Amino acid sequence: MSKYTEDDLKKELETQEYEYGFYTDIESDTFPKGLNEDIVRAISKKKNEPEWMTEWRLDAFRIWEQMEEPEWANVNYEKPDFQAISYYSAPKKADPNKSLDDVDPELLEMYKKLGISVDEQKKLQGVAVDIVVDSVSVATTFKKTLAEKGIIFMPISEAIQEHPELVKKYMGTVVPKTDNFYAALNSAVFTDGSFCYIPKGVKCPMELSTYFRINEGGTGQFERTLLIADESSYVSYLEGCTAPARDENQLHAAVVELIAMDAAEIKYSTVQNWFPGDKEGQGGVYNFVTKRGICETNAKISWTQVETGSAVTWKYPSCILKGNNSVGEFYSIAVTNNFQQADTGTKMIHLGKNTKSTIISKGISAGKSQNSYRGLVQINARAENARNFSQCDSLLMGDQCGAHTFPYIEAKNTTAQIEHEATTSKIGEDQLFYCNQRGIDTEKAIALIVNGFSKDVLNKLPMEFAVEAQKLLEISLEGSVG
Amino acid sequence: MELKEKLVSSFLAFENKVDVDIDSNVHDIRSKAFSDFENKGFPTRKDEEWKYTSLNAVLSHDYNVFPKAETSLAYKDIKKYFVNETDCYNLVFIDGKFSSFLSETTHDGLDVCVMSSALTKPKYKMVVDAYFNKLAKENNSLSDLNTAFSNEGAFINIPKNKVVPKPIQILNFSTGNEQELLIQPRNLVVVGENAHVQIIERHQSLTSNTTLTNSVTEIFVNKRGIVDFYKMQNDVESASLIDGTFVSQQKDSVASVHTFSFGGKLTRNNLEFYQNGEHCVSHMNGISILNGKQHVDNHTLVQHKAPNCESHEMYKGIYDEKSTGVFNGKVIVEQAAQKINAYQQNNNVIVGDKASVNSKPQLEIFADDVKCSHGCTIGQLDESALFYMQQRGIPKKEAKALLMYAFSNDALKDVKIPELKTRINAIIAKKLDVKIGFDL
Repeated sequence: MSKYTEDDLKKELETQEYEYGFYTDIESDTFPKGLNEDIVRAISKKKNEPEWMTEWRLDAFRIWEQMEEPEWANVNYEKPDFQAISYYSAPKKADPNKSLDDVDPELLEMYKKLGISVDEQKKLQGVAVDIVVDSVSVATTFKKTLAEKGIIFMPISEAIQEHPELVKKYMGTVVPKTDNFYAALNSAVFTDGSFCYIPKGVKCPMELSTYFRINEGGTGQFERTLLIADESSYVSYLEGCTAPARDENQLHAAVVELIAMDAAEIKYSTVQNWFPGDKEGQGGVYNFVTKRGICETNAKISWTQVETGSAVTWKYPSCILKGNNSVGEFYSIAVTNNFQQADTGTKMIHLGKNTKSTIISKGISAGKSQNSYRGLVQINARAENARNFSQCDSLLMGDQCGAHTFPYIEAKNTTAQIEHEATTSKIGEDQLFYCNQRGIDTEKAIALIVNGFSKDVLNKLPMEFAVEAQKLLEISLEGSVG
Repeated sequence: MELKEKLVSSFLAFENKVDVDIDSNVHDIRSKAFSDFENKGFPTRKDEEWKYTSLNAVLSHDYNVFPKAETSLAYKDIKKYFVNETDCYNLVFIDGKFSSFLSETTHDGLDVCVMSSALTKPKYKMVVDAYFNKLAKENNSLSDLNTAFSNEGAFINIPKNKVVPKPIQILNFSTGNEQELLIQPRNLVVVGENAHVQIIERHQSLTSNTTLTNSVTEIFVNKRGIVDFYKMQNDVESASLIDGTFVSQQKDSVASVHTFSFGGKLTRNNLEFYQNGEHCVSHMNGISILNGKQHVDNHTLVQHKAPNCESHEMYKGIYDEKSTGVFNGKVIVEQAAQKINAYQQNNNVIVGDKASVNSKPQLEIFADDVKCSHGCTIGQLDESALFYMQQRGIPKKEAKALLMYAFSNDALKDVKIPELKTRINAIIAKKLDVKIGFDL
């Protein structure tokens, strides 16, 4: 048997195409391209929103107009032309009230190709799926079970109609309209997303999950997720994305807000596999996401993410540890290949006493990609006995890629304890040799090492999701994993 | 008058005054640097590199750019600032002016002399043309400002195969004759092939009048050269220092820069290493022990351009009262630089209630066959160790001091001049306000 070397792996990585690159033709109800106050009003009207919502959007739009696109991130890309994007697109046949059986067979076919068909999802024990295709929910399952517990889980456009008091109270409290350029844009034009409310003391009996898709060429997708866990409740939320291959760049600017009230716990897991562009670096999704959660007393928020897709990723799931004894966690695997660029990390803002945060970030760069970790740990003057542990490891495959770390550590309290560690290396020849010596061939050995490298994070994913995460790692680094 | 406007008018006067009749490109370099400074202005907190350090308070003074009269100092008054009185080459500058009376220079086998003569004497033209402003040019506006006003400072040129038998001391004194003084020393160190040199640099204010020092040092280490550079920063609370030290290394060279920051109102160290040949080794060690409202900002950059090199970085900080510390360490490994080992460590202890630390260890890696790591910790002294010592009859204050001394000792062990080490230990003991009962 010829020796399988890292060069072979590199070649394989370069030649492998995006498996999920297909395009399903669904009649779309698409707005003309461009963005102005009329478009914002039209989106609001289309969604049949109350007046306060329209005003909220317009306010955000005016703020956005004053803002400039940020340039500090360690990524290079052609700036999207915000006037060349259509801000609304909905599959025509979709109707949120339909049962699963009525779902467009074409759509079901699409999910099948992705290995996440609704049928399969239904059978997967304990998983409720709120599927979003091009911004409008087309199927919601397990709603009944959730309703029995008093859990509200629905598209945010419905929540605006049915639970305006909750939406009005919490939306924009964690990620304000003024937060950043993309958050402001999202606030103005978001078309759909998920809303979830867990009542006091309720432990959500199943993993909640949503699959986001970008389908219509030239359409940006602006998801808005609002998740509220009331006192002493628990929820585990899953989010996953895939997108069809398209030549022009597509923009994705989502906002996720989490609110964990006293003693509540939220576990938010993401598998992201937007189209990363072909191996020449053409096309691919721009993923500019603002995710943030706020923890009240004794609350806990845990972010887990597996980032394998997108041409450009700009994403920093953050925790504001406001209440005493609150806990923030961030577990991330970011894999970049070919010409992908990722600038991702987290912010842990310690405000309350005895707050704790853990950051585990694993970056794997291959091809000609650039992978950056950018994080902030801030211990404020009143955060007595705050504790942080951060670990960022990077693995480099091939000599054309780059791995970068930009950690910011700010301590304003004498009782703060902060540890930060980072390493960058390639797969050790001694490790490979050790495996070879024990009869494990090089391909398996590389798989073993990469698996071991990412294990800390994969372990944090819920069972149902770990399968898919493994699958996505496989696609991204085929030949080295599994 | 704004400091910047004042500098603009001073620059014209300065350029008409210094070395007017010399045929060299130094004038062009100064003018270019000044126009760069004029365009960029002073850095503000909006600049990423100055995010945690504000110069506003330091720049709001009405600094005198040219000291009026030459001041002489008696040796006995400044004796205590010399590390070992007899056995050194000394370069003493008083208010930015060279004091030949207090200095000991040489041209015997090596050049230890002053920048002003190097810039004007034809025999140094080749060296100046080859090295002057070759490293500082692409840097921040403060380096540009220094370059524009570059006139005086140390010029050290060690020829091939020369091992300098004794350390070279560069001492900058400000006397307080001026109410508010800005001095801009400019040093150039060229270390020839196989040569070896040890240099100690110190800035010292003798009164409580406000002083701002904007210093730039360029160090060139040729093949197999070895340089040890020690920076003593233990100035009074009214003095601020902005220091730019740029080191360029050729094949097989070893360069170490040790920074000891114990005093001064605001201290900003920009330390940059450029490794241009294989098998270079760079060491950066630093200790900051601060109290009061002191602020120390250590910015380091190591650029690995060639394969098989190493860099080791260790910065320790102890922050008491309202002091603030900043560490920003950047390691860049270029694609050609395979087989690099780069280590970076930053440990901090916060002692004072109002003290704060901002740390940003950065890695930018474009090569795959590397071993790079950085570690950063912020914490407190070990309670159980304190308890252990107290239990054995060591008073709490001394026990704390012992722990802090042990904590900083890692960054001190590479000091190769015994007298200097003793001196630093004494300063640490004084700073911690204890007599540590063993032989330091």
